[in-house]
Amino acid sequence: MVKKALKSLMLFGLSIFALTGCDVPVLQPQGPVAEKQFHMIIWSSILMLFVLLTVFTLFGFVVFKYRANRANDDDYEPDLEGNTKLEILWTTIPIIIILLLAIPTVITIHDSMKNPSPDKKPITIEVTSAEWKWLFRYPEQGIETVNVVHIPADRPVHFVLTSAGAMNSFWVPSLGGQMYTMPDMKTELWLEADKPGRYDGRAANFNGENFAHMTFTVVAQKQADFDKWADKVKAEAPALTMKEYKKLLKPGLVGKKVYSSYPAELEHASDMDMPGMKGGEASEHGKH
Amino acid sequence: MNMENIKDFLLHDFFVTGEPMIYMADVAIILVSLAIVFVLTYFKKWKWLWKEWLTTVDHKKIGIMYIIAALAMLFRGGADGLLMRAQLALPNLHFLNAQHYNEIFTTHGTIMIFFMAMPFLFGLINVAMPLQIGARDVAFPYLNAISFWLFFFGALLFNLSFVIGGSPDAGWTSYTPLAEKGLDPGVGENYYLIGLQLSGIGTLASGINFIVTILKMRAPGMTLMKMPMFTWASLITSVIIVFAFPVLTVALAMLTIDRLFGAHFFTADSGGMPMMWANLFWIWGHPEVYIVILPAFGIFSEVISTFAGKKLFGYKAMVWSMIVICVLSFFVWVHHFFAMGAGPAVNSFFGVSTMLIAIPTGVKIFNWLLTLYKAKIRFTTANLWALAFIPNFVIGGITGVMLAVVPADFQYHNSYFLIAHFHYVLIAGTVFAVFAGLHYWWPKMFGHMLNERLGKWAFWIFVIGFNVCFLPMHFVGLMGMTRRLYTYPADLGWTPWNFIETIGAFAMGVAFIIMVYNIYWSARYGERDTTGDPWNGRTLEWAVSSPAPEYNFATIPEVKSLDAFWEMKKNGEVEKWRKQPLEPIHMPDNSYRPFVISVLFFIAGFGFVFEWLWLGVIGLIGVFLCLALRSFEKDEGHHIPVEEIERTERAAGRL
Repeated sequence: MVKKALKSLMLFGLSIFALTGCDVPVLQPQGPVAEKQFHMIIWSSILMLFVLLTVFTLFGFVVFKYRANRANDDDYEPDLEGNTKLEILWTTIPIIIILLLAIPTVITIHDSMKNPSPDKKPITIEVTSAEWKWLFRYPEQGIETVNVVHIPADRPVHFVLTSAGAMNSFWVPSLGGQMYTMPDMKTELWLEADKPGRYDGRAANFNGENFAHMTFTVVAQKQADFDKWADKVKAEAPALTMKEYKKLLKPGLVGKKVYSSYPAELEHASDMDMPGMKGGEASEHGKH
Repeated sequence: MNMENIKDFLLHDFFVTGEPMIYMADVAIILVSLAIVFVLTYFKKWKWLWKEWLTTVDHKKIGIMYIIAALAMLFRGGADGLLMRAQLALPNLHFLNAQHYNEIFTTHGTIMIFFMAMPFLFGLINVAMPLQIGARDVAFPYLNAISFWLFFFGALLFNLSFVIGGSPDAGWTSYTPLAEKGLDPGVGENYYLIGLQLSGIGTLASGINFIVTILKMRAPGMTLMKMPMFTWASLITSVIIVFAFPVLTVALAMLTIDRLFGAHFFTADSGGMPMMWANLFWIWGHPEVYIVILPAFGIFSEVISTFAGKKLFGYKAMVWSMIVICVLSFFVWVHHFFAMGAGPAVNSFFGVSTMLIAIPTGVKIFNWLLTLYKAKIRFTTANLWALAFIPNFVIGGITGVMLAVVPADFQYHNSYFLIAHFHYVLIAGTVFAVFAGLHYWWPKMFGHMLNERLGKWAFWIFVIGFNVCFLPMHFVGLMGMTRRLYTYPADLGWTPWNFIETIGAFAMGVAFIIMVYNIYWSARYGERDTTGDPWNGRTLEWAVSSPAPEYNFATIPEVKSLDAFWEMKKNGEVEKWRKQPLEPIHMPDNSYRPFVISVLFFIAGFGFVFEWLWLGVIGLIGVFLCLALRSFEKDEGHHIPVEEIERTERAAGRL
């Protein structure tokens, strides 16, 4: 029942945006992570719409009905001061609504920390935000890219994130919610694209002057195309030297770049503490 | 240092140069200052200004000064907002450059929270709360003046950054390591740290002052559960202040030490913990949200109940829900950064604790609705603001619950959806409340009413403009537009929404101008309030004449129930109370020192901003000198003789 209602509501919501010709990535999920989050958005919207309509109706009713200049004010009761039954009622109903919301929330939180498609083999990509560019390292392919990240479609991607400067936040709305990048710390984010395509990514946490221009593109490709691309980069692109790397980290804007390798001393650069990891439960999912 | 060096310093580091808008501001500041000096001299008002205002310890005058300063800051913060909206009206505009835009959103947020919302509410608390509890002043009038002047000079220091040295540009949240010296050299961020530190000390002192006032100075018979709801809100707010503000004080001090003396509390390297700033900031920052919303709830309770002509529905539930909100407010701070990689247990806890706040808030909403049930609702301007609060705030409330859904929050966080949410709660909550309170208590402050016709025009234009501005932000947020972008490309479909938002923002600006014109018009032609009770009020502030006399109450009334004045009127006890024999009234003396000590703090602050430690130390020595002088001072106040009270009461037509 609920699922059916959910689906029709989703279709309704989408059709509105389709009519206006808008691209609303958060409401048009392109992968399982974004989709799960989208379901939570719709479910919470339904519950909250119920609250909204209740309050608006009651509000409109009392304000109109009990205006001072009404014809007949015999029902005026200046000393009306409370009603225990009503108080219990409007404490209980919100509690039920909150439970209906809290339970799926907690379940989804736990899910979102895991591989969205456990039966598929994930690929790991290391992400570093710098002043005002995104660096992507592919440890399995041994290559590095800037402001563009290629991923195989239909395969979970395990992003391991850090920052070489100010804090930032890595956000690809079509594929799923964001995760902060922080200096000297490591966070992780699972995303997956259902099908090949190009998706806009953006810096979501302010980090100074050229923050607005700090965008990147996610290129999802079929596994074979991805492999072909990686081989081509490996064969044809220049190597990333330490000198070039240091230049990249300096504040400024650069275009999209690809490198066939990265300096060996950066191999384990991102092996650092995760936030709140010391004895915290975060370490359970931190090991992979 | 030779002349060349001094010139170089003044033109490049000291004065902000190269921006036409800043030159305009320079000219405006000089002209306005000259005009003020001229007017004060021409009308021989210097002595009046010093004796009646700068040295006053009267809670009502301090309240009025808070409100005037807050209105000025609303203008400044609003102008910042309009500049931002102008820049974002269309894609790829070059009205503001990135740096300028970054400074403006930083000052917009900081000013609106610290120098507009809080002082406005403090002004209303100062004006109304002592009157509501039948007191003649706050518990520590001298400290109250210090609180105000520290806020005032903190705000002045912060605003000075606009023309001297450069504005802060790391956002009002000032996240580290961006706000550290390495990534943000210059003095802008120092202004933020020191300006907030000064006004924050004032806020903390106010919190203590209000708690003691409410607990120790209520009229005889007014038990806690007979206090007006606004007084309850002030009490609970003050408790939150006392627990939350020390965290801000410490965090600001640590970041100041990082920037001025090269420590590494929040730096990215040398063992600093940047994320600790986010934690400390929001451990203060979330309770801060309730510091600016609970007094607003108190104002709405007073206004709705007065203009409904009814008792507030569910008084006890209203009090308890505020207490629950107060406690919960300290257990939700991580929801400001769910996406910083905390584990599932942490995020679950803070997600659920955030949702829980909706329950007591919902209880309050339903109680307000039931207060309107079987009422006689008068649609005065004050009440329009209070009524409009309910539907508009609920929109912000439900998006708040949606943001607490952690996995969904990853998609809303830092987007315009979030911007829409917190403007819906802060404007529909706090701003509507201070406007309601302004119209409601205006006659009590100045003895005349604000014009209703102009008030209603301002109301409708503002509320419509507000929704036109902020409702579309939900959608652009879902379309992927993040906050703090100084520009955006044309091909993302964000343009029409942004354009509409800008129109709404300027409508709010128009409404503000009407409101200011209303203040001017009403001062000249407004209806005088000769009764002291223009709204058929319920609480004790309406028992005294308008404007309230210096001593507030010629005799202190005996309180028997909730809505004390309403009951007095109902039982025909007002005349009897007024005819009670008078006695000399003990009142506190004015003092120049709160003003002077704050000037010295300002001088010290300015020194620390520019890292001229010698100036900072000189200022602080002056501060300590003032403290020492105060501790040797015998301040026993003075008595107002019975004849003078009789004269005042007769002039107000009460004897």
